[in-house]
Amino acid sequence: MSITYLEAIREAQARALADDPRVFIYGQDVGAFGGAFKATKNLANEYPGRVIDAPISEDAMIGMAVGAAVEGMRPIIEMQFADFSTVGFNQIVNQAATLHWRTRVSCPIVVRLPSGGTSGSGPFHSQSMEALYAQYPGLVVMTPATVEDAYSMLLEAVAIDDPVIFCEHKYLYYHLKADRLPTEALPTGKAAIARTGRDLSIVAYSAMVHEALAVAEELSGEGWEIEVVDLRSVKPLDTDTVMASVARTGRLLAVGESWPWGGVTAEVVARVASEGFNLLDAPPQRLNAKDTPIPYHPNLWTVHRPTARSIAAAARQLLRS
Amino acid sequence: MVLGRVLDEKFATLYRAGKIHGGVFLGRGQEALSVAVGMQLQPGDVYAPLIRDQAGRLAFGETVLDAARTYMGSALGPMRGRDGNVHRGRPKAGYIPMISHLGSNIAVVNGALLAKRMKGQNGVVGAACIGEGATSTGAFHESLNQAAIECLPLVLVVANNQFAYSTPASRQFACEALVDKAPGYGVTGHSVVGNDLVQCLAVLRGAIDAARNGGGPQFVEATLLRLCGHGEHDDAGYISQEHKDSPLGRDCLKIAEEQLLKAGVADSDTVRQWRNEVVLEVDDAIAKVQREPAPDPYQEDWCALASRHLQETHSHLED
Ligand SMILES: Cc1ncc(C[n+]2csc(CCOP(=O)(O)OP(=O)(O)O)c2C)c(N)n1
Repeated sequence: MSITYLEAIREAQARALADDPRVFIYGQDVGAFGGAFKATKNLANEYPGRVIDAPISEDAMIGMAVGAAVEGMRPIIEMQFADFSTVGFNQIVNQAATLHWRTRVSCPIVVRLPSGGTSGSGPFHSQSMEALYAQYPGLVVMTPATVEDAYSMLLEAVAIDDPVIFCEHKYLYYHLKADRLPTEALPTGKAAIARTGRDLSIVAYSAMVHEALAVAEELSGEGWEIEVVDLRSVKPLDTDTVMASVARTGRLLAVGESWPWGGVTAEVVARVASEGFNLLDAPPQRLNAKDTPIPYHPNLWTVHRPTARSIAAAARQLLRS
Repeated sequence: MVLGRVLDEKFATLYRAGKIHGGVFLGRGQEALSVAVGMQLQPGDVYAPLIRDQAGRLAFGETVLDAARTYMGSALGPMRGRDGNVHRGRPKAGYIPMISHLGSNIAVVNGALLAKRMKGQNGVVGAACIGEGATSTGAFHESLNQAAIECLPLVLVVANNQFAYSTPASRQFACEALVDKAPGYGVTGHSVVGNDLVQCLAVLRGAIDAARNGGGPQFVEATLLRLCGHGEHDDAGYISQEHKDSPLGRDCLKIAEEQLLKAGVADSDTVRQWRNEVVLEVDDAIAKVQREPAPDPYQEDWCALASRHLQETHSHLED
């Protein structure tokens, strides 16, 4: 059997619906149609009344999830694309994120964001929003990079008593395959060492983990051993694992697909610089997308975001410094 | 109408041949409505079309080359490969480029109309086009209400094509007809059968004239059926045969042709000749655009600001 990242997301939702009567799914076209990406294929059939088509009303979709959560339900909201979550932004960051802190009533909702760039998708169907949501207190932000994590982290997201922003990468939907679904997983908040090494730590998350792994493979041919840290969740961010890796390698390159101002890579570099300055043999570096909207044309898109090529160039420069 | 249809069909063919990056979205079945809006706007007016408005865009004055260059990602197009397919426009010509977020362009039209009024430019109108799905957005409500309060010459055209992607209209609104919403906003409502060209021309003329002459915002609901998938990746298996066989499922192009024949404006030879002419026009444009350069990432100006001196540069590791 072989299962894709997208199928793992579908299977996790099927399992959550089967195991917990409080779970329901709400999103545009998620019902009989099975979702724009088919992440809810057949679920409306299998769980009648619990996979519900939403109107094009992102603000009201999130608001309704918050209300249902107050009543003890565990809604999963599918945004058709992460980019459209900006329309529900107010409800996410002001209602969902503050509820428990203000009232001690928890808000166990999951907002699934089909995220990240794919060729030809342009400025409004390609965004990565993890940094934006991670900025707000009261939210958990997951960025799974593997089929196994897509499955187990989504199940954990449903179980967590807080609002979870689940950033699933569209580029990985069909590209990534695993033999089977996992039976155990690292807990949320723990980063994983995706590849061990001793010369440089590349800290990445989501689709960039695979670009980093390709670079590690390529540079191993040049005699370099690169360690790749997969953050798994960007909030909480596992500083300990990052710091332990930098302690081994003495060099840090943080890589993210979203924009350069602030964000996850800036956070990683800031933490390492302030808490582990003496571990570093070279200034810590980071690589992000360019500071423009995400271009439509593949020629522009492939240069806009980091790729194995630009990460390898940055890694070589850092290894030589 | 014919040009819009033929150009759309060409894009669909190119898509199937793998020659277009990203999606292709057609206006099949909506050309009569679309063209009735586009051709009755004048220079100085504002137009914010949506994904199914190829015909209206051309009628408003967009060139086949602009459309082809955007779809084919030519560096010479108005969007220079930065944005693609239906996301195109020429803001300074009153042609507002859509963003994907549905409903967002209505208030932008309001803003252009407010500014024109402040500048003393009267007698203009702005048309914003949306589907029935977009009436569920907060943006729809806010912007229609805003236009009403300001008494702006907005014509909001809703193509109720029964489906928003796979979602039937019954899952978007619970009122009998969308036009019933108009009085609640304090605006004038019109409804029209959207696949009937003669009706569309008359009703849209009425709405546009009323807005132009100080009648405030006009809300038009056109009832029709989308005769294609949401995009060319979608086979629209969720649209029932019953829908397709209903009067709404009739092709507006066929109806228009019958109307022309009946009125003695053209005979079927003439209509055939029009089609042949536009096929040549479209083929020529595509052939030209296919020889044009794609954007070069190393020549690209990676600057998102008009104030160039305020653009940051990041990490020396970037190439
Ligand atoms: C705010 C927002 N949410 C979701 C989407 C995704 N989306 C793109 S088109 C579409 C359906 C649009 O239906 P409708 O407004 O009726 O227009 P039609 O496609 O029928 O012409 C959806 C849900 C979007 N573009 N914007």
